[in-house]
Amino acid sequence: MTDRRRVILSALLPGFPQLAAGRWGGGGLSLTVWLAFVGLLLTRWARFAAGWGGPLDHKIASLTVVAGLIGAWGWSLYDVSNPGGVKQSGVSQWSLAARAFRKNRIAVAGVLVVVWVYLIALVTPLIAPHDPAAQASLLTARMVGPGGEFVLGTDDLARDVLSRILYGARISLSIGFVAVGISVTIGTLVGAVSGYLGGWVDTVLMRFVDMVISFPRLVLLISLSALFDTNSILMITVVLGFTQWPGTARVVRGDVLSLREREFIEASRALGFSRRRIILRHVIPNVLSSVIVVATLAIGNVIVLEAGLSFLGLGLLPPTPSWGSMVAGGRDQLLGAWWMSTFPGLAIVLTVVAFNLAGEGLRDALDPRLRT
Amino acid sequence: MRTFIARRLLGAIPLVLGIATLIFFVVNLAPGDPTARFLNPNTSPEAQEQVRVNLGLDQPLPIRYVRWLGALAKGDLGDSFSHNRPVVDIIQELLPNTLLLSFSAIGLAFILGILLGILQAVRQYSLLDSIASMVGLFFYSMPSFWLALMMVLLFSYGANVWDWPIQFPASDVQDIEYAFFSPVEKVQDRLMHLTLPATSLALVLAAGIARFTRASMLDVIRQDFIRTARAKGLSEPVVIFRHALRNALIPVITLVGLYLPFLFSGTVFIETVFAWPGMGKLVVDSILERDYPVVMGGTLVFAVMVVVGNLVSDVLYAVVDPRIRHD
Amino acid sequence: MTTRPDLLVVTDLRTHFTTEVGVARAVDGVSFQVGMGETLGIVGESGCGKTVTALSILQLIPSPPGEILKGSSILFDGEELLKAAPARLREIRGNDISMIFQEPMTSLNPVLKVGHQIEEALRLHRGLSKSEARSAGVALLAEVGISDPEERYDCYPHHLSGGMLQRIMIAIALSCEPRVLIADEPTTALDVTVQAQILDLLAKLQDRHGMALLLITHDLGVIAEVCDRVVVMYGGQIVETGTTQDILTRPEHPYTQGLLASLPGSGDRDVRLNPIPGTVPSPVNWPAGCRFRDRCPVAEERCAESVPELLPLSEETTRLARCWRVGSIGGPVEGST
Ligand SMILES: Nc1ncnc2c1ncn2[C@@H]1O[C@H](COP(=O)(O)OP(=O)(O)O)[C@@H](O)[C@H]1O
Ligand SMILES: [Mg+2]
Repeated sequence: MTDRRRVILSALLPGFPQLAAGRWGGGGLSLTVWLAFVGLLLTRWARFAAGWGGPLDHKIASLTVVAGLIGAWGWSLYDVSNPGGVKQSGVSQWSLAARAFRKNRIAVAGVLVVVWVYLIALVTPLIAPHDPAAQASLLTARMVGPGGEFVLGTDDLARDVLSRILYGARISLSIGFVAVGISVTIGTLVGAVSGYLGGWVDTVLMRFVDMVISFPRLVLLISLSALFDTNSILMITVVLGFTQWPGTARVVRGDVLSLREREFIEASRALGFSRRRIILRHVIPNVLSSVIVVATLAIGNVIVLEAGLSFLGLGLLPPTPSWGSMVAGGRDQLLGAWWMSTFPGLAIVLTVVAFNLAGEGLRDALDPRLRT
Repeated sequence: MRTFIARRLLGAIPLVLGIATLIFFVVNLAPGDPTARFLNPNTSPEAQEQVRVNLGLDQPLPIRYVRWLGALAKGDLGDSFSHNRPVVDIIQELLPNTLLLSFSAIGLAFILGILLGILQAVRQYSLLDSIASMVGLFFYSMPSFWLALMMVLLFSYGANVWDWPIQFPASDVQDIEYAFFSPVEKVQDRLMHLTLPATSLALVLAAGIARFTRASMLDVIRQDFIRTARAKGLSEPVVIFRHALRNALIPVITLVGLYLPFLFSGTVFIETVFAWPGMGKLVVDSILERDYPVVMGGTLVFAVMVVVGNLVSDVLYAVVDPRIRHD
Repeated sequence: MTTRPDLLVVTDLRTHFTTEVGVARAVDGVSFQVGMGETLGIVGESGCGKTVTALSILQLIPSPPGEILKGSSILFDGEELLKAAPARLREIRGNDISMIFQEPMTSLNPVLKVGHQIEEALRLHRGLSKSEARSAGVALLAEVGISDPEERYDCYPHHLSGGMLQRIMIAIALSCEPRVLIADEPTTALDVTVQAQILDLLAKLQDRHGMALLLITHDLGVIAEVCDRVVVMYGGQIVETGTTQDILTRPEHPYTQGLLASLPGSGDRDVRLNPIPGTVPSPVNWPAGCRFRDRCPVAEERCAESVPELLPLSEETTRLARCWRVGSIGGPVEGST
């Protein structure tokens, strides 16, 4: 294929030339984004246009579509016109890891799914067939099976299951993201301080970590959430964030212990830099790769935990569409409306599987000991 | 070995004490008045105050803490607010159910997981290996409560609808007419009731164990002494089961301790889904009812079980690995 | 030299590995014979394919990634091992042909008592009962020079020293009176003083049992002590063969000469005098032509294009070398004494 034709092709079908060249991570993403969003514009033009004047989430949805289209198009075109620029192969730790990661097709697929789940969550207001809280006629549309007008059926309150799953994605993903953000920040700081300072600080912190880890996590979570009324998104996020950090702390501490002995840390110590500066500038950046892996795997974990709390009635309460409470809601209707529990659960499984695949791919790629 | 166990038990005391303290303060510092749940709002303030005094809730927190610890040392966990029974009695009644469920689940999980892990490692890169890895990842990523519901849907309700030969009960530990069953029927009935909850709980764990066993087994199979075993002319089953497996299991054993918190978290869901009268359900219900003594007692029992489980895993570790010495 | 009937005949052995970066031709057309009761040394630097050659004989190559190519042949007492059924191979392993490895510390199973590991082969191949195997095992331990054999028998490997473990490996290998013993760098991982003891033990046991010994080493000094004949390997191929006497006194291939030159006159074997510059190239891309060319002090232009087959140096067919300059470059290279 000549360069000219490749450029034209990538202007029409961004991602296709890359996909054809076997780079199906970037290529697949931009092609699917392009096709899906163009299709979305064609079928939902009215909603898209209305989005700009609508509520915030609606605005964000329309913005996401525009950004996605521009991103896919721009990336593909840039990539085609600078063949050397993107293919550059450094030998730094990160580019080695990137190359190892790209080879791992399943992990790349995991990342693709993760990105797509986020994109869907963002554009939900444009694509959801129904209002998640709106009840159709309780006489005619209660517990209607999948297929037909309601693709995944309706629940016992005659609400569209698909729309509720779509809106639930936003909640699950935001809670996962923010809670892991909190827990990873705390965990990294505690782990770095504990590992770097050592001594009694380390002993006390790690004893505490041991204690929390050897404690049935869910029981702790349940106590906290029942006692602190976690029925708001904010509270449940905070409770999850503040209970998940010990695992990160332990991993980071291990990394720091081995890092502490390395020359460049010794050198900065010899230069008389403050501990604070050494920890923030030298220690933490070097444990970043472990932290990324832990964080990716933790998001899946937190999503399951949130669903679990909501399932027990301790998390988000109806009518907020949370995957966990949807599964719980279907529990009593298992005989009459199996789809009510099944599909939200599948959404959880799919999302968590994608995060786990991505996380494990990252771990394999970032861990030089595993690289052959 | 005996001194090792004794020392580990002594070492666990501060941990249990720490956990007990944590529980006490989390529960008691939380906002909300425990009496509000079971007192009629119309009772006079004096009567309400009297109830508080009776429950010891009028005392300052440190005093309550010391009293609770003192009673705890005597094996007294106080009385339940809402059931009017000693917490110890309630736990004695429900703990066997939870232990039955957890032991069956963890046993099943380890058997399934280890066998699958070995099979995958021995047939690395085969179709079976990739399919098992993928399926395992799905189970591993599954919320146990959803898996439990799906099991009920398929093997209880579904089996009924489609007229499958076996149909498992969807709730409780035994049939309502259990008392009238013959001994054989009793065992059968218990097993039938146990199957779905234990399997739901086990599958999630088994997926993790299989992944770990596979990795560990692959690690061992590459080692020199396996080559030595083959060079002696030993058959493949002997090489795998006598030479490789024991080495591969050493790291897997640590999972016993590591998975216990997950297991007990799982029982909370499974007991809820299957209306299984056990500790997990008890703790959740008590939290909702603000029955503090039960919450504290139940949580403490969980913590102690985790600590004991870790101890068991350490002992197993020492049994399997002769390189570890305890003297 | 008396000619002895060939017990093990390896012909055109090729063992390749599929790796991420390409096909590693670790062993690439190796042929040699070992006679009954003979000691053949295989010598070459690390990475030359010696271990892979040895493992190929018993087909202990991990597969994937390894593969013994079609056209290779390994005849043991007239029987083609590469065509043998797996069950037949297991009969031969540890019974007719046994092997000891470089790392005694990792070659024994850490969770099984050494006694158990000795008994296994005896019970499998000889059908001994547990108690018979035990007394045979204890006798073996005594034979390989382990004091307190009864006591050591119930030890775990981590209780014993490297030298002791290598003696146990030898006991295991000898337990069924094999006709061929393959020893892959049996002394490399051991202390210098222990090295000599183990070599003596091997030589003594070989005398007593009359088995053929295939001794692999990177150390020509070891060869000098025990071998009848020597095969010099480089880059997955044989570059020179001959009697120990010939190889040590009249090396023909520049590589052999280099190895010899790097050997200290006597005494401390750890000090290398004139190591050959450079390193063994990767088996994934051997250089075209002569594989030793880049490091060869006397390489010529034609060496870059092609390399001869193993050429006979005299009427004797056992004296071969793979070099264009064969015959014209005899004698030690400059710089050696
Ligand atoms: N399992 C394997 N996979 C890939 N390459 C291998 C494997 N085993 C050996 N090799 C390659 O074969 C070559 C020869 O190895 P080896 O026979 O162990 O050398 P030697 O024993 O002479 O030191 C080495 O370059 C090594 O990289
Ligand atoms: Mg070797």
